[in-house]
Amino acid sequence: MLSHLRAYRKESILAPLFKMLEASFDLLVPLIMASIIDYGIAGGHKNYILRQCGILLLLAVIGLSCSITAQYFASKAAVGYATNLRSALFKHIQSLGFSEMDTLGTSTLITRMTSDINQVQNGLNLFLRLFLRSPFIVIGSLFMAFQINSAAALIFVVVIPVLCIAVFGIMLYTLPLYKRVQERLDHILGFTRENLTGARVIRAFGREAHETSRFEDVNRLLCRLQLKVGAISSLMNPVTYIIINIAIIAILYTGAVKVNTGSLQQGDVIALISYMGQILIELVKLANLIIQITKGVACAGRVQAVFQIRSAMDFPNIQSSNYRSESEEAVRFEQVSLTYKGAGENSLEGINFFANHGQVIGIIGGTGSGKSSLVNLIPRFYDATGGMVKIFGKPIKEYSREELRKRVGVVMQKAQLFQGTIRSNLLWGNENATEEALWKALTSAQAADFVRDKQQGLDHIVEQGGRNLSGGQRQRLTIARALVKNPDILILDDSTSALDYATDAALRKALADLTGKMTIFIVSQRTSSIRHADKILVLEDGRLEGSGTHEELLKTCEIYQEIYESQYRKGGE
Amino acid sequence: MPQQSGTQKSPKSNPPKVPLAKTKSRIVFKRVLSSLKPYRGYVFLSIFLAVISVATQLYIPILTGQAIDLMLGIGQVEISGIIPILGTLAITAALSAIIQWLLSLSNNRITYSLSRDLRNRMMGKLQKLPLSYLDSHSSGDLVSRMIADMDTFSDGILMLFTQLFTGVITIAGILGFMLYINATITLVVVVLTPLSLLVAAYIAKRSYQYFQNQSRVRGEQTALINEMIEGQKVVQAFGYEARSQEAFDTINSKLQKITLKSIFYSSITNPATRFVNNMVYAGVGLVGALFAIAGSLSVGQLSIFLNYANQYTKPFNEISGVITELQNALACAARVFELLDEPEEVPEDEHAARLVSDGNITIDHVYFSYTPEQELIRDFNLSVKPGQKIAIVGPTGCGKTTLINLLMRFYDVTKGSISVSGIDIRKVTRASLRSNYGMVLQETWLKAGTIKENIAYGKPDATDEEIVAAAKAAFAHNFIKRMPEGYNTVISEDGGNISQGQKQLLCIARVMICFPPMLILDEATSSIDTRTEMKIQSAFSYLMRGRTSFIVAHRLSTIREADLILVMNQGRIMEQGNHDSLLKSGGFYSKLYYSQFDETPSNS
Repeated sequence: MLSHLRAYRKESILAPLFKMLEASFDLLVPLIMASIIDYGIAGGHKNYILRQCGILLLLAVIGLSCSITAQYFASKAAVGYATNLRSALFKHIQSLGFSEMDTLGTSTLITRMTSDINQVQNGLNLFLRLFLRSPFIVIGSLFMAFQINSAAALIFVVVIPVLCIAVFGIMLYTLPLYKRVQERLDHILGFTRENLTGARVIRAFGREAHETSRFEDVNRLLCRLQLKVGAISSLMNPVTYIIINIAIIAILYTGAVKVNTGSLQQGDVIALISYMGQILIELVKLANLIIQITKGVACAGRVQAVFQIRSAMDFPNIQSSNYRSESEEAVRFEQVSLTYKGAGENSLEGINFFANHGQVIGIIGGTGSGKSSLVNLIPRFYDATGGMVKIFGKPIKEYSREELRKRVGVVMQKAQLFQGTIRSNLLWGNENATEEALWKALTSAQAADFVRDKQQGLDHIVEQGGRNLSGGQRQRLTIARALVKNPDILILDDSTSALDYATDAALRKALADLTGKMTIFIVSQRTSSIRHADKILVLEDGRLEGSGTHEELLKTCEIYQEIYESQYRKGGE
Repeated sequence: MPQQSGTQKSPKSNPPKVPLAKTKSRIVFKRVLSSLKPYRGYVFLSIFLAVISVATQLYIPILTGQAIDLMLGIGQVEISGIIPILGTLAITAALSAIIQWLLSLSNNRITYSLSRDLRNRMMGKLQKLPLSYLDSHSSGDLVSRMIADMDTFSDGILMLFTQLFTGVITIAGILGFMLYINATITLVVVVLTPLSLLVAAYIAKRSYQYFQNQSRVRGEQTALINEMIEGQKVVQAFGYEARSQEAFDTINSKLQKITLKSIFYSSITNPATRFVNNMVYAGVGLVGALFAIAGSLSVGQLSIFLNYANQYTKPFNEISGVITELQNALACAARVFELLDEPEEVPEDEHAARLVSDGNITIDHVYFSYTPEQELIRDFNLSVKPGQKIAIVGPTGCGKTTLINLLMRFYDVTKGSISVSGIDIRKVTRASLRSNYGMVLQETWLKAGTIKENIAYGKPDATDEEIVAAAKAAFAHNFIKRMPEGYNTVISEDGGNISQGQKQLLCIARVMICFPPMLILDEATSSIDTRTEMKIQSAFSYLMRGRTSFIVAHRLSTIREADLILVMNQGRIMEQGNHDSLLKSGGFYSKLYYSQFDETPSNS
């Protein structure tokens, strides 16, 4: 993952170096002030004082330019890195198979792409700016103290570790507590969401007061924990304050003794005290930095975990030829079984069937019977874990990804459109489709009328996810989108559920007119949608329980009868 | 000394919210103050402690300076004079430390209690808001008011107390002490510091603009990411990867440019103010040294000035930071108060009776609309006798929920009245009306909790026997028994560990245990497998025996057996009657019926 930083190697080195340069100028300031006091004031050298103050100003200017340079390089490296990382991650996610997408889940991936990478960016930015500066100032101050007086410097030797223990100790102690605060907050969030989605049920049962009082309990726990953590973490300031002041007392006392004997001057004592102050500031910054970086590293780890997931599928890289002529069959399943990753049971088992060119195949069965699983094997969204799937007489694994996806069109259950226009959505099917082809697809998908009714027609704006269109309109557009592709095999995976019955029937009729060229799979829960199919496959618990025409199945297949009757005749009691 | 330790709150990159207009933020601020009333004592305590804390902290450099003034040179050090000063210093430091801690405790108490109170009030509010509000606002928005906005708000309040208060007091204190020692040098400091403010303000303004742009572009990118990742399967099915990568990279590099600018600009605030600080330091050094030569300032006093000069600009920076944060916090507080100010459900009549239903329902000349522009129900009349079954039929999205909303009084009718047992439902308590209904909807909602808790939801004092009996009657007992922990199995927040059909069985059991005299049932359409669906049907028919029932029906058998069919479309009640009479009239119902069941003679 760090390889994406390579493009910004120069910036990543220069940023901390400039920061260190700035820090070393900061370290000089107390010494110069000491010389002003001990030489300039003591000897009444006005010109000397003027010159030294000029140097202070000069240092300030140089410090400013160093620091701005450093910030620039650090920002550039961090932002550039995050940008490359995001692009690489996006690319990687696109290369994942369905099976990996299922296990990861979309919301996880979205968080990785957005807030996690932002955290990495912030962490890296801070890291480049501060990881050298703060330790450098701490050690540099110690070094300077030794330059002034080694006996006084011993106080620094003692105080620095004590301060470290106080600062990092409190930080390490509170860190897990803050995690628990976050957990409780998440709990409150879950509780709130639950109350919103369940508002009707809660009111139906008259449980409003009970829910509110449960919430108050949870909320009280959060508040109590927040107070506890707050009490501990706000110890940091007073504790370090006491340590520093003890150190100052020690410096003053040692200073007094040394000044008396002449091995130290007033200005030196003042310089020592200001070094002490700088150390504290930097240690606190360092503690902050560590928190930020821990967060950044945790996020980076999560991003890395996504990179480590590789698609289990391998597509050959051969170019297309026309396989269609070689076989009468469009699709053949031979003893196909499928077990999803992490699932204990088979989702499909021992499936055998074939479909010829131009046939309409209906697939019916209850939820979880394996209908979608079956059709998802045809465009090779998943690999069969047993048996073989053949397309146009050739094993599916011998097709390149592009070839396969070009030949097989899928309309999924969830009608998903993308921001843009109706046209841009339809062009997903085929970038070069003509206006005429688009309208033809719309007509077959029973969408032409409503598109024509839109003022902008094909250029009607589609909002994110297509939310400005009704469910039925979305479904018809997704069907049209697949038709624009003009695939050899078209799969409609329960994709007419939002259509009213008349439109559904008209759609089926239009598709049947196209069929000369296309093999169509229709997955449905409604017998009415598939009863005219050339072949109906009845699935139950992942097994093929029957196949044949409507009339045949009514005679031979008990489950089909059951489904049909429950929807059609007398009800299934 | 740092005013606030880093572990208390790590810097966040909150997207800047839309700032409020001045008058509005003043109003909001006043309300914030008034909601602080219960903690008035703590607020005064905080102010008092802040003053002492700052005073002691500023006193220490003076003590240091005094000690240094007693170290004039070889053999000229009054150790005997220094020791008592060091003693005072130790006591002052200890006192200051304790007070700093107490101050934090008091600040925390105010902040966290306030946010607890407001969250509680919001939750109480949610339970009293009319459902029309909940239906028309996304739950994401409400959740973010209760969580994210409250968080930003309480962070802002904490900063107000920890940084703004002490910052202002520190500035005043430093000026006071400095004036007391030497007015001319004070003048140098006072003249130079506005520079720091100007620089900080300039940078803040620039970077604010960049940040706004950044969050806009970031929003665009997030939208794209959302869309593309959610649609990843479609992307792959259409081989669209290269094109979507292209779109992503375009917006990604746009984001890179704007982010670089905003991060860079905001990150030069620190160096720039440090620069001004260094200038002030050099200026104080110069003027102070010249005064010292002239003899009107001691070296110890110079050290005090140098120390103060270092501390003086910091609060200015913090204050400008706090003010941005505070604007953010006020914007969030405004959203919180806005929710709290929403009108609640029409309050119940003081003498509202408890309804005991006999199953008679009369709907009398009812008019209803969600919005004034679109009238949905017009002069609707219906009289239901105890034990009757009313089937509600219509295509998906026909507005069946509207009727449920009215019956359960989730919404009030616009005109006319609905009565149960002859009593207008607006004259009885909502709770009693609703407890007379058992409602099973298709969107099954279960609480995160055990199966047992969920079944007993409407009757918290139910015994285990009652729970099991209800589960058995709902055909849920068998699958519950097979769960790893049986009745104590915890259902996760999204109910991921049980199927949709099983959820519905649990919802039925939840109603079963209450034995309400009237029912509202929503038949399963497609998402449930045949076997479970049969169980649900059996449970429904058991439940419906002898009860007045409204059934959103999809099954022919239910519809045929109904005493009355209400045909709905696009939110309106189109027709009512029984199966045969409706078919005969040849209206919408007959069209629906024939298309659904494919029985038109011409079509088969």
